[in-house]
Amino acid sequence: MTLPMQPEFTSPVIEYSRLYPLLIVFGVAAVGVLVEAFLPRDRRYLVQVVLAVLGLGGALAGTILVAADLDVAAGDLTARGLVAAEGAVSIDGPTVFIWGVLLALSILSVLLFAERRLEGGITAFAGQAAALPGTEAERQASTRGIEHTEIFPLAMFAVGGMMLFPAANDLLTMFVALEVLSLPLYLLCGLARRRRLISQEAAVKYFLLGAFSSAFFLYGIALVYGYAGTFTLAGIDRAVTDRVGGQNLLLAGMGLMAVGLLFKVSAAPFHAWTPDVYQGAPTAVTAFMASCTKIAAFGALLRVFFVGFGGAQWDWRPMMWIVAIITMVVGSVVALTQTDIKRMLAYSSIAHAGFLLVGFAGVFEGSSGYTGITSLQSILFYLTAYGFATVGAFAIVTMVRDAGGEATHLSRWAGLGKRSPLLAGVFAFFLLAFAGIPMTSGFIGKWSVFSAAWSGGAWPLVVVAVVMSVVAAFFYVRVIVLMFFSDPVGEGPTVAVPSALTGIAVAVTVAATVVLGVVPGPVLDLAQEAGSFVR
Amino acid sequence: MSATPFLTLSALLFTIGAVGVLVRRNAIVVFMCVELMLNATNLAFVTFARVHGNLDGQIAAFFVMVVAAAEVVVGLAIITSIFRTRRSASVDDASLLKY
Repeated sequence: MTLPMQPEFTSPVIEYSRLYPLLIVFGVAAVGVLVEAFLPRDRRYLVQVVLAVLGLGGALAGTILVAADLDVAAGDLTARGLVAAEGAVSIDGPTVFIWGVLLALSILSVLLFAERRLEGGITAFAGQAAALPGTEAERQASTRGIEHTEIFPLAMFAVGGMMLFPAANDLLTMFVALEVLSLPLYLLCGLARRRRLISQEAAVKYFLLGAFSSAFFLYGIALVYGYAGTFTLAGIDRAVTDRVGGQNLLLAGMGLMAVGLLFKVSAAPFHAWTPDVYQGAPTAVTAFMASCTKIAAFGALLRVFFVGFGGAQWDWRPMMWIVAIITMVVGSVVALTQTDIKRMLAYSSIAHAGFLLVGFAGVFEGSSGYTGITSLQSILFYLTAYGFATVGAFAIVTMVRDAGGEATHLSRWAGLGKRSPLLAGVFAFFLLAFAGIPMTSGFIGKWSVFSAAWSGGAWPLVVVAVVMSVVAAFFYVRVIVLMFFSDPVGEGPTVAVPSALTGIAVAVTVAATVVLGVVPGPVLDLAQEAGSFVR
Repeated sequence: MSATPFLTLSALLFTIGAVGVLVRRNAIVVFMCVELMLNATNLAFVTFARVHGNLDGQIAAFFVMVVAAAEVVVGLAIITSIFRTRRSASVDDASLLKY
């Protein structure tokens, strides 16, 4: 008996030499899980912190090496890199730039996670998440100094997902990456040591809304697949350019996918979760989420819409214009009325999503011989500037404390500048960077994004964006005035002295914000060298 | 046979799920509605795979199932912990964070 003719089996080609930064992060996360299983409790903390920092540092070094020898993509003048892993992941200029920034910011976030001195020798995460708040079990866990070191592997998995998300070159990989980055974050949000009720509430809200939005994203993928017959972005681009099949299917698919992605970048009207989750989550997690998730999600948004749906630009641009305007207005105006510092920073992050969307909706991809900055490159720079300032600002929030933990109500921040001028000064500096005052990173970021959008012909958007920047500047300045020119109410909060971990995080973020503002050249060059996406 | 009935059913299930998320109060039921949306998507994937005559959509359905299972693990853990604290799984009761 003879077997029927078998098609020849060809084993898939995986470019390990380009993918290893990603694999290091996932590998270290898996090792972290084993450490939880096999090491005695009292030794886990140190091992996990060292493992996480070394893993992220190794991945960062690897990213730099990979970035250094990216070849010019075949048949493309502006893009460097290649599509790896059988078309699932694209390792190109924007990918390695985003990886570098993500890894640098997540190292700083892990340092904030590991901070123990602020809570009196223990991390800011729940000792035993299963113990009910206010019960004997919780008190016991607290007095015995139990802490959840699972937060480190969870954060590593989230970082891995965030790296894969903007690098994904087909929609299925992108969906899986979205879930890999989201699921650990849902859990991390619910693990605060203090104010556990609002922490749990934040986790439930984030989880239900996140699952809801990723279902929309997935249905969008299904419709786009129905339209194009393939998941790869290049294939979708071909189908879109050739106008095959029913346009309604494509429009519906694009819209639904946009819902999922805009939810992750917290653009209005999909922003409702942001203030609640940013306020309720442990502040270190908020810092991580606010900076890294936004970077990853913007990377994915740009890749899907520039590479996959580039040919249908005129269909999605009006929608993005409207979303950008609503986001800027909601973020800037509602922030004016906030009384909680974390909530105010959350609305500020919504406003920043709006400013970033201005650059995105402006769609300026440059032309041959053009040496200025394109939309993609300006957004990469803005994300870098925003990410460092955000981690720094939330790191400062962890240090202003009273008996109940962090003093996040704005009234408690009155007169902080008199009590500890250094801390208030640093915080004021971050707020000025958010506002986009010259000589800070925020100014260069805003300037490059707006000028790219202007070149793309989106001048009405730029006008709205400038007006909203002024409105936004008002609430940042209000906090500065409150800190420096009003008297403390009653006892006022104390400024706790953190360990070197938070100290390093703050110092690095301040330095980055100054350098990006005063000598932005090198990083702008790096962003420009990122070129464009490979197709 | 035309693919339209399958796609219509899929869209219908998806809509029922989406409306359910918006109107139901119990976190578990809301979560089940999300799962219904994911399953509706699976039906669409498989139908489109049949229409296009390739296997991508069917493979996607497997990935979606795995992701949905992982989501259940995380979701039920979160919902259980807030239920034990508050003795209620209603999404309206959790309202410390607003405006």
